[in-house]
Amino acid sequence: MAVNTNDKIITVKNLIKKFGDFTANDNLTFDVYRGEIFGFLGANGAGKTTAMKILCGLSKPTSGKISVAGFDVYKQTEKIKKNIGYMSQKFSLYEDMTVKENIRFYAGIYGLKRSYIKEKTAELLDRLRMNDYANTLIASIPLGWKQKLAFSIAIFHNPKIVFLDEPTGGVDPITRRQFWDMIYEAAHNGITVFVTTHYMDEAEYCDRVTIMVDGRIDALDTPDNLKKEYKAENMDQVFVKLARNIE
Amino acid sequence: MNTENKISNFTEEIVKVENLSKSYEKGKVKALKDISFSINKGELFGFIGPDGTGKTTLFRILTTLLLADTGTASLNNLDVVKDYKKLRKILGYMPGRFSLYQDLSIEENLNFFATVFGTTIEENYDLIKDIYIQIEPFKKRLAGKLSGGMKQKLALSCALIHKPTILILDEPTTGVDAVSRKEFWEMLKRLKEKGITILVSTPYMDEASMCDRIALMQSGKILSIDTPVNTIKSFEEELYSVSSRDIYRLKNDLKEYENTSSVFLFGQNLHYTSKQENTNIDELKDYLIGNNHEEIKIEKIEPNIEDCFMRLMEN
Repeated sequence: MAVNTNDKIITVKNLIKKFGDFTANDNLTFDVYRGEIFGFLGANGAGKTTAMKILCGLSKPTSGKISVAGFDVYKQTEKIKKNIGYMSQKFSLYEDMTVKENIRFYAGIYGLKRSYIKEKTAELLDRLRMNDYANTLIASIPLGWKQKLAFSIAIFHNPKIVFLDEPTGGVDPITRRQFWDMIYEAAHNGITVFVTTHYMDEAEYCDRVTIMVDGRIDALDTPDNLKKEYKAENMDQVFVKLARNIE
Repeated sequence: MNTENKISNFTEEIVKVENLSKSYEKGKVKALKDISFSINKGELFGFIGPDGTGKTTLFRILTTLLLADTGTASLNNLDVVKDYKKLRKILGYMPGRFSLYQDLSIEENLNFFATVFGTTIEENYDLIKDIYIQIEPFKKRLAGKLSGGMKQKLALSCALIHKPTILILDEPTTGVDAVSRKEFWEMLKRLKEKGITILVSTPYMDEASMCDRIALMQSGKILSIDTPVNTIKSFEEELYSVSSRDIYRLKNDLKEYENTSSVFLFGQNLHYTSKQENTNIDELKDYLIGNNHEEIKIEKIEPNIEDCFMRLMEN
């Protein structure tokens, strides 16, 4: 994947978010390039979710200049929402609706045409080899399938950016790898991927990784450069060195 | 204590499970399929497997909260059905979902659980000291207002406050960051040294090495039970770590290679096994050079638990 560093899809300048006297995001500055897989790591409570909510247009920053897909996070949140996809481990699909109903529901929200939805649904079920399960309730399909389907639905409207919040938590090791194949494919097709994970081996699959500690960004680089900088063999060691430093 | 005694103590079976099955939705969903195993006194025993494998169902049966369809289970010679009242007194249980009272403070939660079990914080303070001391400065704070790591420490303190013989922890490290996970396992090791038998489930394969023995679980079945070292030994093929500059293209090319048996991404490397009994490295290298790969590295490595798990899943 050739990432063009002049083509910024997300720009964040001096982002600050406070809740009362607690500073959740303490002066964050970073860019995300079009088509890259951007890993957003950090300990629990480091401020990842807060920042992600702001980037998705769901929460307003206290101060800072932030644009996502060319839109301003203060004034153009509805436009941001149309241009991004989102999936998380905790909430992805409606359990009491079938596979097909979930696809139609989400595609409908994004205002896609009925004929287009129909055609793309058939294509999608084919690719996921889930034709036999089109009318099965989400509640009774295995977690791994659910996550793969949720990801496909999150990019169904061909967004510019997809935000993935711990998409592979609890998924078996084979499905976890198949999931990353899908992420690569999406990035290859020009969708920017913004992903959080607690699996440190997955941090190695990202083009660039940032590690948040205590509301700040303490490191941002390619996995290779981070390993060199912190004299670590793998990303796990980088993470531990950074996160332990705070005490 | 003489050594002989120690050994016989160690091999005393404290958890016995025979032919346990459980299904939901009138038999449509089979959560546990005829599971049998035993756990020795003082063991730190891990159940490792992805979500939806049956780990929580198993733990709920062992903690007397759910009835099995068939099969038997006993802990410390107490049957999970007949002796459930006695059994509950000697079990400490930390469910997967945070189950403490959000509108009570840290101290109130702990006091509550101590009182329910007819004891006091002071009486067993020794056991929880290492863990509780980290959250004690905030003891007036409501449980609902705690961070994930603090909630976890409080839940563990509450599960320990009646000095249980057996501690059962359902995915205590799920969704917890890499540093806090390491710290949690260190706490478990110290508890084990105090003689508590610990059953713990986790979806993280890398935590296997922290256990005395592990059961690898998938789709309601136990794929293998052994020590981490022996589980790794059971991986018979030669395993290689392969890398080149473009790892993603490398993976696709290796998948097309005629001698490939398996190829999986592991961070910045691929783990590769060959169909050949003795992997022909030169041939492999030539193939990769022929496909224009640069900076090729091929190195023989020891498998890890995740390698073993995927091998068992495929069989």
